[in-house]
Amino acid sequence: MDYILEMRGITKEFPGVKALDNVNLQVRRGEIHALCGENGAGKSTLMKVLSGIYPHGSYDGEIIYEGETKAYRGIADTERDGIIIIHQELALVPLLSIAENIFLGNECAKNGVIDWRETNRRTAELLKLVGLRENPETRVDDLGLGKQQLVEIAKALSKKVKLLILDEPTSSLNEADSEALLSLLMEFRKQGITAIMISHKLNEIAKIADTITVLRDGATVSTKDCSTGQVGEDDIIRDMVGRSLHDRYPPREPRIGNTVMEVKNWTVHHPFHNEWLSVDNVNFNVRKGEVLGIAGLMGSGRTELAMSLFGRSYGRHITGEVIVNGKLADVSTIPRAINAGLAYVTEDRKTYGLVLDQTIRRNVPLANLEGVADHMVVDERREGEVASEYRAKMNIKCSSVEQEAVNLSGGNQQKVVLSKWLFADPDILILDEPTRGIDVGAKYEIYTIIRDLAAAGRSVIVISSEMPELLGITDRIYVMNEGRFVGELPTADATQEKIMSMIIKSGG
Amino acid sequence: MDQSATARASTQHEEHSATSFIKKHIREYGILIALIAIMGFFQVATGGILLKPVNITNLILQNSYIVIMAIGMLLVIVSGNIDLSVGSVLGFIGALAAVMIVNWEVNYFLAAIICLAAGALIGAAQGFWIAYYKIPSFIVTLAGMLVFKGLTLWLLEGQSIGPFPPQFQLIASGFVPDFFGGEGLNLFSLFIGLAVALGILVMAIRTRTEHQKTGIVDEPFSFFATKHALIFIALVYLSYLMADFRGLPNVFIVMALLIAVYSFIAGRTTIGRRIYAIGGNEKAAKLSGINSERLTFLTFANMGMLAALAGLVFAARLNTATPKAGLAFELDVIAAVFIGGASMSGGVGTVVGAVVGAFIMGVMNNGMSILGIGIDWQQVIKGLVLLAAVIFDVLNKNKA
Repeated sequence: MDYILEMRGITKEFPGVKALDNVNLQVRRGEIHALCGENGAGKSTLMKVLSGIYPHGSYDGEIIYEGETKAYRGIADTERDGIIIIHQELALVPLLSIAENIFLGNECAKNGVIDWRETNRRTAELLKLVGLRENPETRVDDLGLGKQQLVEIAKALSKKVKLLILDEPTSSLNEADSEALLSLLMEFRKQGITAIMISHKLNEIAKIADTITVLRDGATVSTKDCSTGQVGEDDIIRDMVGRSLHDRYPPREPRIGNTVMEVKNWTVHHPFHNEWLSVDNVNFNVRKGEVLGIAGLMGSGRTELAMSLFGRSYGRHITGEVIVNGKLADVSTIPRAINAGLAYVTEDRKTYGLVLDQTIRRNVPLANLEGVADHMVVDERREGEVASEYRAKMNIKCSSVEQEAVNLSGGNQQKVVLSKWLFADPDILILDEPTRGIDVGAKYEIYTIIRDLAAAGRSVIVISSEMPELLGITDRIYVMNEGRFVGELPTADATQEKIMSMIIKSGG
Repeated sequence: MDQSATARASTQHEEHSATSFIKKHIREYGILIALIAIMGFFQVATGGILLKPVNITNLILQNSYIVIMAIGMLLVIVSGNIDLSVGSVLGFIGALAAVMIVNWEVNYFLAAIICLAAGALIGAAQGFWIAYYKIPSFIVTLAGMLVFKGLTLWLLEGQSIGPFPPQFQLIASGFVPDFFGGEGLNLFSLFIGLAVALGILVMAIRTRTEHQKTGIVDEPFSFFATKHALIFIALVYLSYLMADFRGLPNVFIVMALLIAVYSFIAGRTTIGRRIYAIGGNEKAAKLSGINSERLTFLTFANMGMLAALAGLVFAARLNTATPKAGLAFELDVIAAVFIGGASMSGGVGTVVGAVVGAFIMGVMNNGMSILGIGIDWQQVIKGLVLLAAVIFDVLNKNKA
């Protein structure tokens, strides 16, 4: 068999987390190889290892490309060998033209003076190859996302690509653009370019992939050859999600009361692109003592929904009603949302959750400073007591509450953010990816905290991309895709297959 | 034997906590030590002139307006912004005061109130665009700097206006009268100095014992004792020196009050906490329900008011309003705040640090002038000191 690429025994560790564990990947010359797996399965990490973003030495295992063992030190090395990666988030400079972007860092220049005629001529050729009919001097931010994706591919072609890596290339494209992109990939295959494509869209994979490799929890689960017969979507889904659930979640007996919050016809427009709906007419409710799950893939609008509910901290032209305890609630600003009893624990705790350079003591009361103050004067003694109390309650591992948040591990940072919101005493907590980037032990502790919150009569909404987590800790699950709620089911009846198929069937 | 083992363990622990404490707080102590070292150097180099009562009094009068503005600037910089307009605002308010008091013969007290209000309004106007329309503060206040420089010229019609009535001059050149009638020595001033020094000491001890109860104290006792003993002695000695000359200047009282009030606001109130949180991470602060727009707006309004106060002090001290008043003062003020340990990216810095920073600059100005070093080299040296202070900060942070 003629393999263009073999990755053998790749292991990559981050502090506290093993992202890849002895992963093997073999890619044949001239094929389209699909890489599937849940969020966090390690697909993007694997591709970052391959493309030199994580340089040789920062991982274990070997990369054999074109029959040679390679030790790439950076993107410059891999690009020289014709390995080009196109990231999910496009890496174009919006204010530069198509031609400038394509030749950025690789300019057609003599003695540092750019030859614009040559640049534009070659750009026009490349654009023809990818089927994009645009003037090379058009600014990139005047193009739609589908066309920007094509510019990225044209840029890859300009570098004499042999192995093209696409990370979820169609995740932000509409159907027609996706279709065009897929047929372009098939065209490249005829010309002998090998492609690795990360995708969640199983229908697309079925259409174009020659081989499918499934990753799960940082390990290779299966590799399937599509030429020897049809590979069923169900098989892939089972490989993606199949793992045992026992003992990973604390036992719990739900005591669910009346409806606490009801959201009606909630619609949110994208903050910059007015015509896009980030959240499209969502209706849901949550009850006292309930743990409610919102499932969906990344980019399905879950964070946008949560943040728009929490004081309109995301989006524009927000319409709809929020009813808390039977009364219409004002959630138009963050302080008002907090007053209405809401709390939002962000998915990105470093950017949105913590003041990293400040101590645990100063982070904990931040959402409820009045709680440790008399007439605007902070009582540092009470503040210290509160911080120590939550340190004990949440089992925050630190040398003292005077430790700065930046020096804590991910799990302990998350506990500080949770402490902050618990001190604000909300009725309804929205937890956005509460266990992202946290090791298994700390995850169990977070699950226990969630269980205890519900037992104390609070309502907890958990947004998560990890389906086993939702199945393990929630009472009821809503499934979200492309800004809409596409299904609701009691957790007792839910399986990962059912949720996955709801997502896949709702999409194009 | 057991006992000695425990004792050894506890001294080891003490030593360990002392070194880790120094590492963490090297900047705060570093700047105090730097001020003492600089003062010591000039005291020797000038042959003892620096700490003469008349010169100490002079030093405080000369730097009062920089100190007053540095206090406001500290809050602005901690919140993650900057204000370049303060020098121009100082000049403009001085001109406004002169036109009202000298030309229109408005009562000086009423005029001072109007001037403070005008300063707050100017700051608010700039803060409005910065806070609510997200126009970068650098741009807005650069515009303000040009605008008020121009308006000062217009108001004064290019000429100096003065002199002010004697009561107005007292703001800057007056001294606290001696109610006790000491001979040669202003006993009342000495008494105030003693009271302030004692007050600081008592407050510090109270805070420390309170913190000890909740276990949030990490300053070793030896450090605490040395630091406060030094501060106490320095304050008593300074007030003795000044009492020996003409007593405490009125401005000194104003400055001391401002330092106390703003230290308290920055360190102990919810407003202060929120300003530090905004500077540390505005997104996280906003998502915690903190109204960052309103607080940013308020820091600028406050800065405008303090610039106005500095303008009154400066005009009263010169006894005239000139078109050149306040020229490049913003640079001294900003330098003082950064020397005092504030961070360009916000969230870090203290009022006392900014004041010490201002005095480091002031002592260098004063000492170099006494030594007869030309204005050319003075600028060079001040620039290098600022650079060194910030390099020290950055290296120190990277190492941590």
